[in-house]
Amino acid sequence: MSAALIVDLGLTLLILGLGVWTVAARSNNGAVVGYIAYGLLVALVWVRLAAVDVALTEAAIGSGLTGLLLLGVATRLPRSARLTRPPTGLGTRLLAGFLSAAVAGGLAAVVLLLPDPAPTLAPSVAANLPATGLGNPVTGVLIAFRAIDTLLESVVLVFAIIGVWSLAPKDGWGERPGWLRPAPLGSALTLLAQLLPPIGILVGIHLFWTGATAPGGAFQGGAVLAAMWVLAMIAGLARPPAVSRRWLRLMLVAGPALFLTVGIAGIWLAGAFLAYPVAYAKPLILVIEAALTLSIAAALGLLLAGPPEHPSAAERQP
Amino acid sequence: MLSNLVAGGDRLLVLALILPVASLMLAFVLGGRHAERIALATLPIGLAVAVAIAAAVLHGDAPLHTDLGGWAPPLGVALRADGLSAIMLLTTAVVMVAVGLFARADFQVPPGTTESRAPFAFWTLLLALWAALNAVFLGEDLFNLYVALELLTFAAIPLVCLDGRAQTLAAALRYLVFALLGSVLYLLGAALLYGAYGTLDIGQLAARIGGDPLEPAALIAAALMTAGLLAKTALFPVHLWLPPAHAGAPAAASALLSALAVKASFFLILRIWFDVMPELLAQMAAQVLAALGAAAILFGGVLALRQARLKMLIAYSTIAQIGYLFLIFPLVASPETAPLAELRNAPGAWTGGALQLVSHACAKAAMFMAAGLIAASLGHDRIRDLGGIGRALPMTLFAFGIAGMSLMGLPPSGGFMAKWLLLLAAMQCGQWWWMLVILAGGLLTGAYLYRVLATALSTQGPSPVLVKPVDRSREWVVLGLALISVLLGLVPLSSFSLIQIGRDVSGIGVGLP
Amino acid sequence: MSSVTLFGLCGAALVGLGLYGLIVLPGALRRIIAFNLLGSGVFLLFGVIARRGGGVIAGTGSDPVPQALIITGLVVAFAATALAVALLRRLLQETGRDDWDEDERSDR
Repeated sequence: MSAALIVDLGLTLLILGLGVWTVAARSNNGAVVGYIAYGLLVALVWVRLAAVDVALTEAAIGSGLTGLLLLGVATRLPRSARLTRPPTGLGTRLLAGFLSAAVAGGLAAVVLLLPDPAPTLAPSVAANLPATGLGNPVTGVLIAFRAIDTLLESVVLVFAIIGVWSLAPKDGWGERPGWLRPAPLGSALTLLAQLLPPIGILVGIHLFWTGATAPGGAFQGGAVLAAMWVLAMIAGLARPPAVSRRWLRLMLVAGPALFLTVGIAGIWLAGAFLAYPVAYAKPLILVIEAALTLSIAAALGLLLAGPPEHPSAAERQP
Repeated sequence: MLSNLVAGGDRLLVLALILPVASLMLAFVLGGRHAERIALATLPIGLAVAVAIAAAVLHGDAPLHTDLGGWAPPLGVALRADGLSAIMLLTTAVVMVAVGLFARADFQVPPGTTESRAPFAFWTLLLALWAALNAVFLGEDLFNLYVALELLTFAAIPLVCLDGRAQTLAAALRYLVFALLGSVLYLLGAALLYGAYGTLDIGQLAARIGGDPLEPAALIAAALMTAGLLAKTALFPVHLWLPPAHAGAPAAASALLSALAVKASFFLILRIWFDVMPELLAQMAAQVLAALGAAAILFGGVLALRQARLKMLIAYSTIAQIGYLFLIFPLVASPETAPLAELRNAPGAWTGGALQLVSHACAKAAMFMAAGLIAASLGHDRIRDLGGIGRALPMTLFAFGIAGMSLMGLPPSGGFMAKWLLLLAAMQCGQWWWMLVILAGGLLTGAYLYRVLATALSTQGPSPVLVKPVDRSREWVVLGLALISVLLGLVPLSSFSLIQIGRDVSGIGVGLP
Repeated sequence: MSSVTLFGLCGAALVGLGLYGLIVLPGALRRIIAFNLLGSGVFLLFGVIARRGGGVIAGTGSDPVPQALIITGLVVAFAATALAVALLRRLLQETGRDDWDEDERSDR
């Protein structure tokens, strides 16, 4: 057994242990903290699997932003809600256990029986990447070969924003989202929030910029920028803008709208929807990525900020 | 002109996908009263695009196909529309137009305000749902279809709790958890198929799966994807989320959800078993799927009979009607029907299933909207207090009744033709037990609709007090849609050749071009 | 056994664990976390598939197509979690309850 395998075995056991913990933990806060730690370890697995782009996204979105989101609700859950509920019956648990074990067992068998050599599109991506002018194959897939997925996925974020905003309580429409209340002044969080954003913004822009050649790109850059914005909002350094603001809505659709426009232009300039004329591929892709980074950062941040609320709703918050 | 349409078919597919997306973004940015105007302006254009696609498929007698970005699969992603896709696009457009016209009265920005919550959300979500549905019906790549399914989830969930009541929030949350579980199981299946065959394109997968001995991954993938999609389609026994969600939503939203949203995941189950998986496997799965469908028909019917509220009754009726769709599987995939050469071009179970999809969509949307008119006029929708509504709202009740005719399967409605074709197919392949289920389901449907109509038409007692007068133009919209579901039964069956284009119905899992 | 297979088995176990939690755990928050666990198991399995496909040619350690799909999936999963949490917080505000059970009766 090699040293690397021993390390990976330890990592796997830690991850599984934390996974069990998030399911079995008695307290909600404990489960959320367990999940955040779990997410960071999974990011390490992505590095071990030679998927640095995924590792960056996992750390920023899968662990970081999701963790903040879950913490925000865990701290508000009433203690009583947990205690009065009868536990799930033994029959259900046995049945669920059997079903889950069967699924996990089937998947484990599939993992062991996957064809060898594995089918792959890696050579095909490598062969076609020069046409896009990009150096990072993952960005090439996201922005060129499978551009439609990325376009629709940035539209998903707009849908999600509409969905969260549509939950606004009475009198809330047109106001500012109300869930990111500033933490008490002078707390460690405020200090962190004052220190981190300048660094984080640089990291975010760097990630977007290097996405063309090295690991990084619109999603990772956008996630880091969003995290910094959220920190600033928690620290009271920035307030979430009112949802009625035209500039905010423009910012949210800028990425998908520009992507769509360039895509339509592609019908005439390059012969197909979402195709790029070879001579201009790289600059066009960079402009789209810049707009996407901005829109994604705004959307992720606002998803954390919740629906708009009337300012007086703050006192009524549980 | 028609040949121009066929030649530009690939652009039509792109247009069907991006039109609602572009309108949605415009409506989102401009907001206020513009959201409604943009949505209403999109309705006729979207309908025209759907008609054009159907005409192009029919005239060209071949599916439309386009490689996005000029990258051919497996590296790139393709869109494709065969006859069934074209029919689903068209049905979606028709229901969208009707619901859009109907919803105007409910989702107006109140005078004196520039923008308010529910109208903004409704009109943007209507376009969002349209974009998602078109993406599902046009998708040819399993991961692209995953994104489309998620678009659908995000568009559908907020529609459930538009009125903000606590119980609709609870219903939406439950719906969301079921929908997310469904998507993630679907994604897992898609990932396994990529791992085994190195492509996500449906046509290429079919060719690769058909050519080799079956990989174990393909079997598990198909099971996981089907399980996930069943949860989204609300087939018994994973139907629990549907009734509170569909009944709690505003009438216009219920119509969209019950008529269209659950059909998208069903459409993907069809594609997996008829377009991706090999025939032998499909035959085994078919019996299981149809057994669940039969249980849904009976169980949904009995529960609908026991509901106290009209909208809950209609929601349980959706569960039963979804059950009929799953009877397609053993009847189309049966080894008895497959070799019958004369059945190849004759309308059979496949046409029956497609008719059930379309006629249920129109009838159910009409029913939910009729129930919405009744509830708005009376201030409630308790079935036992509907007495005399037949005199107060004759046209609404008439529309409700003829939509019910289609659900029951009374001639000459589209629902009758659908169920008749399924019955015939069951007889031809000797699977008589499905005939019993279809007949029992029809009786149950008749019983629960009789309960509503008998109360509503009773002449005893005073006329009901109307809280709000009913809007005549809205009644016309409902009646129009209900009439479509009936008139489908009068269209000669030979004109349904569109349904067969792009698939060799009697032989399953045949590789696509 | 290689590290890649090990991580694949880990993904399979996480899917089972998440599925179990989603079915049996009381309270919407815990189910949302279980959904995320299930999702990360799925992504991990996809990542293992990507890694297996990457060894074929030198230069790329991992097949970039699944990597791109996982990134898309992670963003979608976050948006879904955000919508679920928003619904849960609104439900808490309105009723003080943290789950959707016991709501059918009042609807009748």
